[in-house]
Amino acid sequence: MAKGNVVINVERCKGCGFCVEFCPTKVLALSSAFNSRGYHPPHLVNLEKCSGCDLCGMYCPDFAIFGYKLAEAKPVPETEEAVHAG
Amino acid sequence: MNCDLEICNPVEPFLRSERMPHIWCPGCGIGTTVNCFARALVESGLDLDRVVVVSGIGCTGRVAGYMALDSFHTTHGRAIPFATGLKLANPELTVVVYSGDGDLFAIGGNHIIHAARRNIDLKVVCVNNLIYAMTGGQTAPTTPIGALTTTTPYGCFEPSFNLPALMDSAGASYVARWTAYHVRQLTRSMKEILTKKGFSFIEVLSPCPTLYQRKNKLGDGLDAMKLYKEKSKTRHGTSTLEVPLTSEGEIVVGKFVDRERPDYLDLMRGRLTEQLGERYVEMEHPVCQ
Amino acid sequence: MRADPKGVLTGIHFLDGDHAACEGALAAGARFAAGYPITPSTEIVERFSARIPTVGGVFIQMEDELAASIAILGAVWGGAKAFTVTSGPGFSLMMEHIGFAAMTETPCVFMNVQRGGPSTGLPTLPAQADMMQARWGSHGDYAIIALCPNSPQECFDLAIRSFNLAEQYRVPVMLMMDECVGHMTEKVVIPPAGEIDIYPRRHTTKPPAEYKPYASDGDLVPEMVHAGEGYRFHITGLTHDERGYPSLTVGTQDRLVKRLSRKIAAAADRLACYEEDRVEDADVIVVSYGITSRVAQRAVEMAQNRGIKVGRCRLITVWPFPETRIRALAARARAFVVPELNLGQISLEVERSAAGRARTILVPHAGGGVHRPEDILDAILEATR
Repeated sequence: MAKGNVVINVERCKGCGFCVEFCPTKVLALSSAFNSRGYHPPHLVNLEKCSGCDLCGMYCPDFAIFGYKLAEAKPVPETEEAVHAG
Repeated sequence: MNCDLEICNPVEPFLRSERMPHIWCPGCGIGTTVNCFARALVESGLDLDRVVVVSGIGCTGRVAGYMALDSFHTTHGRAIPFATGLKLANPELTVVVYSGDGDLFAIGGNHIIHAARRNIDLKVVCVNNLIYAMTGGQTAPTTPIGALTTTTPYGCFEPSFNLPALMDSAGASYVARWTAYHVRQLTRSMKEILTKKGFSFIEVLSPCPTLYQRKNKLGDGLDAMKLYKEKSKTRHGTSTLEVPLTSEGEIVVGKFVDRERPDYLDLMRGRLTEQLGERYVEMEHPVCQ
Repeated sequence: MRADPKGVLTGIHFLDGDHAACEGALAAGARFAAGYPITPSTEIVERFSARIPTVGGVFIQMEDELAASIAILGAVWGGAKAFTVTSGPGFSLMMEHIGFAAMTETPCVFMNVQRGGPSTGLPTLPAQADMMQARWGSHGDYAIIALCPNSPQECFDLAIRSFNLAEQYRVPVMLMMDECVGHMTEKVVIPPAGEIDIYPRRHTTKPPAEYKPYASDGDLVPEMVHAGEGYRFHITGLTHDERGYPSLTVGTQDRLVKRLSRKIAAAADRLACYEEDRVEDADVIVVSYGITSRVAQRAVEMAQNRGIKVGRCRLITVWPFPETRIRALAARARAFVVPELNLGQISLEVERSAAGRARTILVPHAGGGVHRPEDILDAILEATR
């Protein structure tokens, strides 16, 4: 199972694609959905492969995504702004 | 929106969240460097109330306004002398200058070489996107030969600066170059300079998708990042004279200079103590009652 | 509060204006200066560089005036009182940062020992041709305060007042000297520290959560903080709102720029400072400032000896211009005579304020020397016709 999880702030994203490209295990892809500014934010397509390394967070120029290791984390509640797979 | 989640984006405490989303373009690398900077701050263990960010004018100059630290958005080219006054008035501050290639090396060129000469304890992060982005894409002292910009519509024909060599020969105590692709290495370098005494300089190559990439048909920000990944060669300790950026060639990255030299305050205190002995009085803090 | 004794060289001295200005800065609590050599101002920082290490502070000679004029602003935000000194060509270079200081409301002092211009001009000779530049030299709408000493004693006294006004109004203050006053040597009395009044920095007492860098009420002057105190504030030269954040809208611009101007304009009458003699029933009033006022005094005496009803008004605060006073004098006198070491700058303000109720006769001098009393006397005689 996934060792990590990813939190995406859809409204901040500008669809640059860095997180998708540089995720070492290809957990993300740009979705076909739009945010309110017309960008395609990423979504999780392969969560089981997520290690929680947070490279997506380090690369993101818009502070719109971050990853974390599940072993260190408490469950994250759903909010309107965050999109994450359970 | 601050941290209303149990798990917080590690960068969030450093941002003025009420001002998000920021103005930088999709695929611009400045935000990536700020990510690295935030992580470096955490790892450095510094008292964040005493860390100050000073920026000049330009896209990178906007960094000061987004960071939740004491921050100053000063005039074009003059972040460094402002930071010098700040540091000398309160040496306990950790003063970071975060600005762009044009701001620091064209209009600001004189100031940065003197600050390096003096070895003033400033931590300078130069985001180099090879162009003047904020004003619409004009040529900069770092623009490669042949590049199209709005003021070189037939291709740039001026030789460009080798920033690490310039800083090295001016006297900087720490000189490194990374790109926005090198997030881990950049974070590590930033952490090193945060606690290193003396004038420290990091050049970070970063994509300008809207102007540099687009005008020169080089794709978008992601294409630039892939190019950095492909063309970068890490050569720690190599002579800075051997690391100029060329249009086609490899991008030499790494830590080139890391030396110990007395900084400006050491030199000032040393000389004045030697000459005045007990009569020498340092500035009190806080100075203003 | 009282002056810090460490900076006060109490006693009776024989100093030139430059040296006296330096002592005034030290007495006022200046503990940081950044400068760049330029005749005839250099002695001010030369003396400061020798004095400050035993008083407790820093002097740095920067690489140019652009650097010096902003290094002092950094020092102010770092917690110090700071100033720089220059003359014409350097004053021109400093203009951007005078505007930045006005926009960010950074209290500081710029001393300009005026010399012949334009351009390189007459480096070692006096003029008063930067007076309009002091008011309008930077771009955009903003206001400053400018004081004009006419003796080394006043260089000392007005240097202190410059720092006090800078703190009170959070504004750059110009101390407009000239080469003659700067290089003349006279008796300067420096009182004990306990007799020198200092206006303290208007530092907020609010906690960080409640503090806004540019919120103001009452006298339109916001409270200040320094870097490193935990306020996590932002300062920018961009048009900004009360939080200090860029806000590039017509509304924010209107509020901010009008407050910056009103802050000084509303205090113009309080800031007005002049020295008058026999203006009450004068037909002619000689309005002057700086070194010219000393020649004017001689000319006025000569005219009075001929039975002419002439008075004099020496401006000490030149900006904001004392419109109210000049307007009141214009109602009684027939003419103003305005001698100045330029081709007509403050005379324009006199004429504007007189609003046609009295003539304004300029006695220009292109600079390089001072007027002869006869030049001013001739104008006084002309004014009586």
